[in-house]
Amino acid sequence: MSETSDILATAAAWREAGEEVAIATVTQTWGSSPRPAGSQLAVTRSGRMAGSVSGGCIEGAVADAAMTTLDSGVPALLDFGITDERAWEVGLACGGKLKVFVERLA
Amino acid sequence: MTPETLAALTEARTAKRPVVLATQLPGGMQMLLPDPGVNEALNVAARRALSRDESGTVSIEGTDWFLHAYSPPVRLIVVGAVHIAQSLVPMAAQLGIDVIVVDPRRSFATTERFPNVTVMGDWPDEAMEVLKPDSRSAVITLTHDPKLDDPALDRALQSDAFYIGALGSRKTHARRLDRLRELGHGDDALARIRGPVGLNIAAVTAPEIALSILAEFVSVRRNAA
Repeated sequence: MSETSDILATAAAWREAGEEVAIATVTQTWGSSPRPAGSQLAVTRSGRMAGSVSGGCIEGAVADAAMTTLDSGVPALLDFGITDERAWEVGLACGGKLKVFVERLA
Repeated sequence: MTPETLAALTEARTAKRPVVLATQLPGGMQMLLPDPGVNEALNVAARRALSRDESGTVSIEGTDWFLHAYSPPVRLIVVGAVHIAQSLVPMAAQLGIDVIVVDPRRSFATTERFPNVTVMGDWPDEAMEVLKPDSRSAVITLTHDPKLDDPALDRALQSDAFYIGALGSRKTHARRLDRLRELGHGDDALARIRGPVGLNIAAVTAPEIALSILAEFVSVRRNAA
């Protein structure tokens, strides 16, 4: 019972078709984060998206970070939470906290 | 993720081999586990992630690793290619469950009625012999016909299947338990059978009954109280 497999398969199919693809994965959660560790979001340079890493609160910020990772090839570990005042000033309405790893599908 | 890692991961998943994708954080170096060539503490953590079917971050000797557990999908063996099965099967597929439909009656067990799933035309006892239900398997009987349901339940009770369900009224179920008792199954074993199958949501239509069965299946799978 895992939907993650499908996101990875979708990402691989996009890559195969010549798209530039980044994968974001929830690596750790605290409190009432809506999606468990392992949840994934695939994003392409052209703007296609599959899956999710939250209830929709942080997907936009993650997609932005994905573009940076696609540009640089350097993965990123992002922190999201209500008290976060650093680069990713996006809150979670649920009050949860989570970390998201963003990587390029080479 | 490198193409090599993706290919290896895809290969393991296609072969339904449990595997963990380990990612070093924040650097992103990746490997598949278990691997006899790496630190045993990592392998131990990977096996734990697989047995719990739970991904997460672990810290080993000062390094953070994200362990992504890719367990093979749980299996659901549906005995009876009946109307309710036609609702149950696509819903189960949505839940990421690997579904196998068993029914020796050729007119029921057609790929036209059940596209995109494995359909077996064997007798249930023979099918169960081949499928060998394990602790990640569930068995649900839907035929109402003792000739088909009973052998499947008999075999399921001899397996480690984590969920066994049988469709039928309380009366039907009581008679069914009597027959299975005659085959030598004790009360503890018989208590493993969910019958009448499904959560009581007063379901009426085939899709509603399918929903009640899958709701119960999920509650057992996720260890709900």
